[in-house]
Amino acid sequence: MENVEQKFVDSVLEKYDCDKAKIIAIMQDIQEKYRYLPKEALEYVAKKVGMSESKLYGVATFYGNFSLDAKGKYVMKVCRGTACHVRKSSNILQALYEATGTDEHNPTSTDGLFTLEIVSCLGACGLSPVVMVNDTVHAAMTPDKAKALVEQLRGEA
Amino acid sequence: MREKLLNLDQFKALQEKCIKARENEKRKVLVCCGTGCAAGGNLKVYEELKNQMAAHGVKCEVALNLTDCAGEATGLKMSGCHGFCEMGPLVRIEPEGWLYTKVKTDDVPEIVEKTLVGGEFIERLGYHQNGELYKRQEDIPFYKKQTRRVLEHCGHIDAESIEEYLSIGGYSALAKCLFELSGDEIIQEVSDSGLRGRGGAGFPTGKKWAQVAAHKEEPVKFIVCNGDEGDPGAFMDRSCMEGDPHKILEGMIIAGVATDSTEGYIYVRAEYPLAVHRLTVAIAQAEELGILGDNILGSGKSFHMHINRGAGAFVCGEGSAMTASIEGNRGMPRTKPPRSVDKGLFGKPTCLNNVETFANVPDIIKKGAAWFRSVGTEGSPGTKAFALTGNVVNTGLIEVPMGTTLREVVYDIGGGIKNGKKFKAVQIGGPSGGCLTEAHLDLPMDFDSLKKVGAIIGSGGLVVMDEDSCMVNIAQFFMNFICEESCGKCTPCREGTTRMNEILTRITKGNGKMSDIDELKTLGKMIQTSSLCGLGKTAPNPVLSTLQNFEDEYIEHIRDKRCHCGTCKSLAQFVITDKCIGCTKCARNCPVNAISGTVRHKHEIDPAKCIKCGTCKANCPVGAIKEG
Repeated sequence: MENVEQKFVDSVLEKYDCDKAKIIAIMQDIQEKYRYLPKEALEYVAKKVGMSESKLYGVATFYGNFSLDAKGKYVMKVCRGTACHVRKSSNILQALYEATGTDEHNPTSTDGLFTLEIVSCLGACGLSPVVMVNDTVHAAMTPDKAKALVEQLRGEA
Repeated sequence: MREKLLNLDQFKALQEKCIKARENEKRKVLVCCGTGCAAGGNLKVYEELKNQMAAHGVKCEVALNLTDCAGEATGLKMSGCHGFCEMGPLVRIEPEGWLYTKVKTDDVPEIVEKTLVGGEFIERLGYHQNGELYKRQEDIPFYKKQTRRVLEHCGHIDAESIEEYLSIGGYSALAKCLFELSGDEIIQEVSDSGLRGRGGAGFPTGKKWAQVAAHKEEPVKFIVCNGDEGDPGAFMDRSCMEGDPHKILEGMIIAGVATDSTEGYIYVRAEYPLAVHRLTVAIAQAEELGILGDNILGSGKSFHMHINRGAGAFVCGEGSAMTASIEGNRGMPRTKPPRSVDKGLFGKPTCLNNVETFANVPDIIKKGAAWFRSVGTEGSPGTKAFALTGNVVNTGLIEVPMGTTLREVVYDIGGGIKNGKKFKAVQIGGPSGGCLTEAHLDLPMDFDSLKKVGAIIGSGGLVVMDEDSCMVNIAQFFMNFICEESCGKCTPCREGTTRMNEILTRITKGNGKMSDIDELKTLGKMIQTSSLCGLGKTAPNPVLSTLQNFEDEYIEHIRDKRCHCGTCKSLAQFVITDKCIGCTKCARNCPVNAISGTVRHKHEIDPAKCIKCGTCKANCPVGAIKEG
């Protein structure tokens, strides 16, 4: 496995007793480390838990949180839930697309820094509109604040 | 390290100690660390409070002091969500019950000096409404009309301490169930209370438990807690899991004892990392004390708890899809029967309830069914938590008796519509619900009354919309959501919602036909009656209910190619109002020369030439150009 440390995957498998029923948790742990699900890792996991690759692929692609493509360093989840929607989150999304140089079809920026995701609700409706960057919630966004946030993250990277 | 409690006496002794320690804590500072206030910077406020208290020689206690109960120290606690998210970050001061709003780290030295040392209220940080200052949290209109039962301790205790939970009488309902009541007696009490499932459908909880318990021959049964709060605009369960996680655990263990089940699963949305963290901490603490695990408090009963993180699929909020997901499969619903009470998780009898349902249980056991029925309506007793959001002054998390009217919620608690605009509608119950209009303002909100007008309580999201919200756009928004979240198993839902979304999209783009309205109604009815699971069956609700209440708006979009709210960009029209001072700036900047007029006279836009780029609006120095 070129891009994946077998030792790490083994430790995850051990943590969940190679249990088929815990396949979602296993993939979540792997994705947490690599920010996506590397193909080699999935093939290896399928063999280890005794599941066909196609079945595993089926589970991985069913859930919105799993990604088979490499993601940027900062995953920006733009909330498009109802509360954010009525407070004009579409303008935030547009501003972020422009600031990061991404669009609907190319959600990851070419420099590998940003991935834009649209989520249906982050449950922080009282602070709408919100954007979650990795695990941090940014509240009461405006298009200007969104642009400033991208610049700030670019500076930190 | 906590010592394991081996019997009821040891439990009672520890609880006694915790209660005393809490009573001894005269002064307390509760820093809201729910997702909202944490995002607003309250974690830094907490750290700064710690530093400043040390600097000013204020003895600070971050955990309940069980050994030395002198009562001199000030308790500093990270609490769960207070609910008043609009005014966050929030800090509550006890014993006075003062609430400081919009607190920043720069305010901390003043809070420590004036309030903690001097005992003085800082007016600047207090909550003001209509020129009046409200010092105490309970006096603020937002809180005054509420009846907080499920959320009673949310924001009032340290969410990551089992001792704090014990100090407010936590786990004594479980102790009662373990040592005083039989399983049937517990179920009887829950049935008598009339508690109905808070996840949306309102199925009687006691009845469900009895159906699971009836499988006496089956040694393996499961308790599952649905924390997959996927409805956009709902966050009651999140706040509950973050603010009072032990209450949910206690409710689940009681369900386990009542139905003779020994394994529990909590399925939490992946978008709620803090809830997962707090529940994990709570489970570990309960295990340390022997409140979870084998032979709980020496009673001979056992219960084990597992957490499953969701992976981003809305449909997993449906019972059979959730159990499929816990089993490690694609989260797709299956045909019923068999119902999950007979064949659920891993094919075993399963009791699946919502977070808020479980959180209601401990108090029902402790205070009795009659107490529970003392608020709410005959058919829907108790309270309901709602997430109040959208174009309303006070957004946040609220809890009111079932049967409270929409008017009380929007105007008395919510403080009315933002920016002095007019009320238009409330979307209740997310993508499965419907919209309520001005005509419904005095409708009592309970399971049965809402059903009669084609809406549902659902998970309890209330999104308030003002006069500028386009109802066709909202309907399209929900249909787009459902299209993406439909699991694709059954045709009516997969294909039907896609067709409805196409029709709605073309209407919002100005390409609709008058026949589209009938087509939407026909498709909607078909999807409602022939879909496999609840997601599909309720998917057309937002469209059908907006059609019922706002058909004029659909017609406006289709026939007049207009969206008077200005939400649907393709239909937007730019109009110059009487505010125009005739400066000619708009005309000079218009890329297609669509604006005409003479200096110092009102200009006009030729709609035939206008390409709706908005340059004129952006350039107008007096805001005379309106879009809509």
